Amino acid sequence: MLILKKFLRDLPAVLGALIVLAAVILAIFPELLVDNVDRINRGNIIMRLKPPSADMPFGTDDLGRNIFERVIVGTRSALTISLFVVVVSMIVGVPLGLIAGYRSGWASSAIMRVTDVFLAVPQLILAIAIAQLLGRGQISAMIALAVTYWPFFTRTVYAETQKVRASLFVEALEGYGASKTRIMLFHILPNVAAPVIVRATVGMGFVILTAAVLGFLGVGAVPPAPDWGLQISEGRKYLPEQWWYATFPGLAILLLVLGFNLLGDGLRDLVDPRLRRS
Amino acid sequence: MSDAILSVRDLKLSVKGDAGLAQILDHVDFSIHPGEVLGLVGESGCGKSTLIRSIMGLPPKGARIESGSVTFKGQSLMDPKIAQTLRGREIGFIPQDPFQAFNPVFTVGDQILEILRWSGLPDDPKGGRYTKELRAKHRARLIEVLHAVQIPDPEEALTRFPHQFSGGQRQRILIAGALASRPSVILADEPTTALDVTTQMQILRLLRELAKDFNVAMLFVTHDFGVVAQICDRVTVMYAGQTVETGTTRQIIDAPRHPYTGMLMACHPERATEITGIPGQVSSPLTPPPGCRFAPRCPRATEACTTARPGLDRRADGRRIACIHEKEVA
Amino acid sequence: MLLFLIRRLLLIIPVLFGLLLLTFFMLRLGGNDPAAIMAGDNATPEMIARIREELGLNQPLVVQFWDYLVSVLRGDFGVSLFSQRPVSEDILDKLPATLELTLVALVIATVLGILLGTLAGVWRNSIFDHSVRIVSVAGLATASFWFAIMLQLVFAMGFEILPLRGRLPTGMAPPPDITGMYIFDSLVTGHFAITWQAILHIIMPAVTISLGGVATVARFTRSAVVASLQSEYANYEQAVGYPRHRVVFPYVLRNSLVTPVTQVGLLFGGFISNAVAVEAVFDWPGLGSYLVQAIFTSDYQVVLAVTLVIGAIYGVVNILVDMTQGLLDPRVAEKM
Repeated sequence: MLILKKFLRDLPAVLGALIVLAAVILAIFPELLVDNVDRINRGNIIMRLKPPSADMPFGTDDLGRNIFERVIVGTRSALTISLFVVVVSMIVGVPLGLIAGYRSGWASSAIMRVTDVFLAVPQLILAIAIAQLLGRGQISAMIALAVTYWPFFTRTVYAETQKVRASLFVEALEGYGASKTRIMLFHILPNVAAPVIVRATVGMGFVILTAAVLGFLGVGAVPPAPDWGLQISEGRKYLPEQWWYATFPGLAILLLVLGFNLLGDGLRDLVDPRLRRS
Repeated sequence: MSDAILSVRDLKLSVKGDAGLAQILDHVDFSIHPGEVLGLVGESGCGKSTLIRSIMGLPPKGARIESGSVTFKGQSLMDPKIAQTLRGREIGFIPQDPFQAFNPVFTVGDQILEILRWSGLPDDPKGGRYTKELRAKHRARLIEVLHAVQIPDPEEALTRFPHQFSGGQRQRILIAGALASRPSVILADEPTTALDVTTQMQILRLLRELAKDFNVAMLFVTHDFGVVAQICDRVTVMYAGQTVETGTTRQIIDAPRHPYTGMLMACHPERATEITGIPGQVSSPLTPPPGCRFAPRCPRATEACTTARPGLDRRADGRRIACIHEKEVA
Repeated sequence: MLLFLIRRLLLIIPVLFGLLLLTFFMLRLGGNDPAAIMAGDNATPEMIARIREELGLNQPLVVQFWDYLVSVLRGDFGVSLFSQRPVSEDILDKLPATLELTLVALVIATVLGILLGTLAGVWRNSIFDHSVRIVSVAGLATASFWFAIMLQLVFAMGFEILPLRGRLPTGMAPPPDITGMYIFDSLVTGHFAITWQAILHIIMPAVTISLGGVATVARFTRSAVVASLQSEYANYEQAVGYPRHRVVFPYVLRNSLVTPVTQVGLLFGGFISNAVAVEAVFDWPGLGSYLVQAIFTSDYQVVLAVTLVIGAIYGVVNILVDMTQGLLDPRVAEKM
């Protein structure tokens, strides 16, 4: 309860939570703001490239589609991709980090060497290559991002586990003869959970950005999917006259990532007062 | 007795914090005379650190001086500009924890010479620029003082980083830093508490000798009467932000008159015949008792103690005591 | 220090080997048949088979990898399918453009980040501090390619004060080639007109790439400055009469730089990632756009080589970062 109270006093974090909450609601129920979700890909050539108006606040695109509705529905794919990538990365990365950090021996060093290799080049570069190999599409992008993102979790968990491992209570448990698996699952995991949650929250924002780059470069979602990165890439051709086409999807990315980052910062402050912002 | 160089008169100070207005200091009153070592004794949390900072003109954030004054040779230290010119030059400072006081990424030489750069030495040319020659002169002076605090090979020591010295050595260097500019008074904030016992003894002995040799007055903050007995000429005792008793070291140690002084001394392990401690807790500065702040814990407290703050009255033997019951005895 | 350097350089080798292993098998197992791509659309199966033979593609993968490794060690990265030139030549052509871009971005990120972060820390909780926080949080949330397009929209298409794309105006010859970095080369050889144009052209891409870096450096600097200002030594420095401005500079600041500097290594990875998309937006002829093009054309030799080069640069940057830390903090230096 105290934690919740503390969190609620952190205005930026609350703002972040509200943005994320709104995005989740819109992803599940786009009907709240979109008249007919099934029709967002259907063009209307007469309504081509119309500037923002009260009716269509973000204007229309080159096929006369309502950009506002496409941006709203795009929330769903942005959240789906990032949630999938973060969850899969956690499922793979967290146990590996636990094992590498708590045990010593060849398995542990093998895990860390592989992690090092993945972290030796920027994630985006490996992700583009893998996405291209798998063939263009949203599923490929998701797999490519997950395959390249798990090492970040392994690293975090590894570092935290090593810290906890050196602490007295783990030594005491070992002294009592508790089994290693038991110590890992019931004593170390809860202690590394907080930094993992923070990492995951910020990671959601990070993955949205990376996925947008894939979409923009053309290795992610394929038309007519209402993917934000893809929309910016298409809208770019109509600059500067039809400025709204490329602008609004980018603002949507900014807002949603901002939400996750603010939320993540707030959580970090709760968990780790050393990095406190004020 | 000659005129005081540093006097704190009836200082009352409160700090506004999250929890409300805390009355940290309440009529603190004492003075230091040239060349004397005055012990300032009190438990942790009695306001000693706030007091030291206020004397240096650096009161904590949110602090407000409600009444009273702090003066150095007649100049008010409550004026930030005056305080800035006196810090380091006329008022030296020895910090509590030599492990934390140094900036880890600069050599000790750089850090101590920086003090001299801004304080200057009394015989420096006035208003001149900070030249190479001046720095060399300051360096020579510093090396001289480092010899005095018994740092081996001071030349070389100046080029080393703080973490390359032991705690005792660091404290010696900090003492040199306080003395180098020839101040007339030094504030020593529990300078031995962070050190181990043998080093403590050495540092105390050194400080006692240096205070004589350099003819510098010292305000020596401590919570330990054993230390007081070794180094101080006079003692002033504080409880919960109030001065309760002042006198010569002999007077206080031989015959503490304020009930708190007596009980505090009884807590000292070498003197205590049994472990007594003082019952009760220090009152919160947020809601101090209206009269004597020690009254709630005092065995001699009566109704009268809780209504009015007792004055710090001077006695025939020169000591001053803030206790209404002591009036009756005297 | 020298020993540290050598040890760290040696440690890069197994990582690069792993990287090569990973990319090699990934591309060979997952990708299209390079022989088929090379032979073109009208190729007969016989032609493809002949090319396979020539390229050694019908050897076991392990043998192929070994051959590739040996030629890489000799500095031979093979020939690009797309440009038909040796990959190493292509890389030498493109690398300076990317290095120039990332270096300028790095300068922007550190100078601006440290400046903003320090001032925000010193004026903690002021309006300035809050604005820096808002800007830096937003900076970290912005998609770089979108920001690049927005800059183009405003400054190149709108106000027309900055060039839209490229490294120099069309028709302007690059300066004599020394490092391949135009700003440096033109300054050294005295072609100041080129310098000016090169600077105008690099502003938007460099600012875009540095955006997240400015935000990160500012944040870490700020929290380090705040912590440092509240430290015992800052208290001591004030108590013994250092003027306030000296307490901040250099005493608190030098301490506060250790943490942000560790971030620069991470930033660099972000810079390269950003460069991939940003180079595409600004038609910047660097390694990033080269790599993207190679990925799209299944030009495997190029993908392998560029990944390796980026990995090597990344490793060296991280060593440099650790050494800078040693320069800032003697306690770190002693452990080297």
